[in-house]
Amino acid sequence: MNSLILKTVATPVLYLIVSFSVYVFFRGHNNPGGGFIAGLLTAGAFVLQYLSFDSKTVKSNFSLNWKKLIPVGLILALGSGLGGMILGYPFLSHSFGCFYLPLIGELELATAIIFDLGVYFVVLGTALTIISVIGGKD
Amino acid sequence: MKNNLLVVPVILPLFTAILIFLISNIKFQKLLSFVSTTFCLATALYLTKQVSVKGIQTLSLGDWPAPFGIVIALDLFSGIMLILTMIVSLAALIFSFKTIGSERENYFYYAFFQLQIMGINGALITGDIFNLFVFFEILLIASYILMALGGKPYQLQETTKYMIINMVSSVLFLVGVAVLYSTLGSLNMADLSVKVGKAGDQGILKVIAVIFMIVFGIKGGLFPLYFWLPRSYHAAPSAVAVLFGGLMTKVGIYAILRVYTLIFAPTLSSINNIILIIAGLTMFLGVMGAVAQMDFKLLLSYHIISQVGYMIMGLGLYTPLSITGAIYFLIHNIIVKSCLFLISGIAEKLRDTTDLKKMGGLMATDPSVAYIFLIAGFSLAGAPPFSGFFGKFLLIRAGLEKGSYLIVFVSILVSFFTLYSMTKIFKYAFWGTAPENVKKVQHNHYFGLVLPAACLALLTVFIGLNTEWVYSYVNSAAYQLMNPDLYIQAVLGG
Amino acid sequence: MEFLMALVVGVFFAVSIYFMLSKKLLKVVFGTLLISHAANLMLLTSGGLKGEKAPILSDGSTLSYADPIPQALILTAIVIGFGVTAFILVLTCRLYKTFATDDLSILRGEANEK
Repeated sequence: MNSLILKTVATPVLYLIVSFSVYVFFRGHNNPGGGFIAGLLTAGAFVLQYLSFDSKTVKSNFSLNWKKLIPVGLILALGSGLGGMILGYPFLSHSFGCFYLPLIGELELATAIIFDLGVYFVVLGTALTIISVIGGKD
Repeated sequence: MKNNLLVVPVILPLFTAILIFLISNIKFQKLLSFVSTTFCLATALYLTKQVSVKGIQTLSLGDWPAPFGIVIALDLFSGIMLILTMIVSLAALIFSFKTIGSERENYFYYAFFQLQIMGINGALITGDIFNLFVFFEILLIASYILMALGGKPYQLQETTKYMIINMVSSVLFLVGVAVLYSTLGSLNMADLSVKVGKAGDQGILKVIAVIFMIVFGIKGGLFPLYFWLPRSYHAAPSAVAVLFGGLMTKVGIYAILRVYTLIFAPTLSSINNIILIIAGLTMFLGVMGAVAQMDFKLLLSYHIISQVGYMIMGLGLYTPLSITGAIYFLIHNIIVKSCLFLISGIAEKLRDTTDLKKMGGLMATDPSVAYIFLIAGFSLAGAPPFSGFFGKFLLIRAGLEKGSYLIVFVSILVSFFTLYSMTKIFKYAFWGTAPENVKKVQHNHYFGLVLPAACLALLTVFIGLNTEWVYSYVNSAAYQLMNPDLYIQAVLGG
Repeated sequence: MEFLMALVVGVFFAVSIYFMLSKKLLKVVFGTLLISHAANLMLLTSGGLKGEKAPILSDGSTLSYADPIPQALILTAIVIGFGVTAFILVLTCRLYKTFATDDLSILRGEANEK
């Protein structure tokens, strides 16, 4: 697709969507949202790049190997499960605590967020690998 | 209540697969998968020993109590299956080092191999019916990839058919879970077992039971649903066919035994005649398919179907003795079937074909392979003193005690046909004159090719000669299956 | 509402089975995609369609919350379906490139007649 409007808009929108996905990611603990949907949102932002530019330009702009994101994400998710196991709790046990951070205020952090981060990476990696492999062969 | 070791057979293969994805050195991948599989085998042995001493082991994932969270439970039956899974995986892994070829290795063959093991192990130890679905999907997706890797036209064709059939069966599984959840309001198998006893409407439960029978029947290759099996297993490379033939269908049978003895036991009395009819037809038609074949791998694939019938026969009779027989037969069959598939792989490697008519003379060129086949073939047909004899003996005796003479007659008849088709393989592949300029197993390859098959053949002799020792474990595994209260108490109480 | 959903699920199943009985490979693939959606909808309906609040205990109001389990199940099933769909599409693509046909009666393969 060779549309000037799309090309101009795609990159600013990329930052917009990614920041929104970060928001969705963090609200996921107690509200609708979470790693899966945030990963899909981010993947959508990159798909927009693939749609507006050709795959070579995208590759030179973002020199990330999407495939490597999958094992990294899996390790994060698995590691969050193993953490509780090392402390003697059953596998996949999670805990949470409240922390006081300057400027932001009181913040509730759960170890489940590590698992979610893993899911985020796996979804992002999988979606973009699929799209770049299927789309790249035209 | 918590035994964290239980997750090792699932996590370790996953972790190995991740590492293999990250590290592209093939030699390292081989070493890593070998070490991890051996370690998993050791864990499985240790866990089963623990189960036999201390009773059923459970673990509530994430510390969520039983009916709400996901539970992992290992009883003696799943422990035995776990050990066998790891033994066969180890044999298939060693065999694939020499046969699978760098083309597949470069596309993460070993990673998907580990994911397949993870799926099988997970399906064996989970105590939650939806979790069972998830692990089934993992093992299926891994199997699609293992089957398609290599990308030969025939492979692509068969993988597509295999995939579509299994996608439909997965959907049926989901439908079954949905109806089960809306009827009983739980997904934990032990909890379901309690609730089924109290449920008023038995009609809908029968429907659900039949849906699950169809789902697992497609996976296990039962009578009207086995048509996909021979071609798919034929299309897979030998090392993968070992894994499929030895384990995949048996996981389906495991699921049938587990779900029917635990959840649908009250409905079993009304459908066990149908199960017996299915068992008889599966046995008979499977062996008839085998008799008609002239292809090594296809013939063995048809035998898988025929042998599955015996295990379902054990469920259909539903006496303590018949369940014992079914488990014993399952053990025997996993070992012997994998051994036979390994031998077909060796023969394919040596002769570059699986067509029996183009083989011949393997007895003269490689006598050790021929003797291993002889042991495994006799064991499959059920000749004493190999393990096959005792499995069939237990089943037939259970049938006679229950007075189901027809199924006993069919199972004995099928044994003769099995023997016939084994002699056919022996006559065409091992006797006769070898085609010209054949390859011989080179000595530096001997370890990788023949050793796994030899070990499995020794194992069937060992089980045959130490029946009493094995029987004691199998008997208590059957006791646990026949008394779901033990499982329920381990999962829900305490 | 449940009745309406049951109708929708039924229509989905009917359409997907019609697709799957077709001779064209791509239609069969579409059939498998549709049938998995039908199963997902059925899972959603299985918990009953009452309640609109998120099932999180907040200020003591536990009335009329949606059943979380079918939602969790569907999410899992959708993710699995996503992966399988991507795989079968690539496989179909490869198959089409190799055989230059999507007619399933040709794709039976000569090995069937052996």
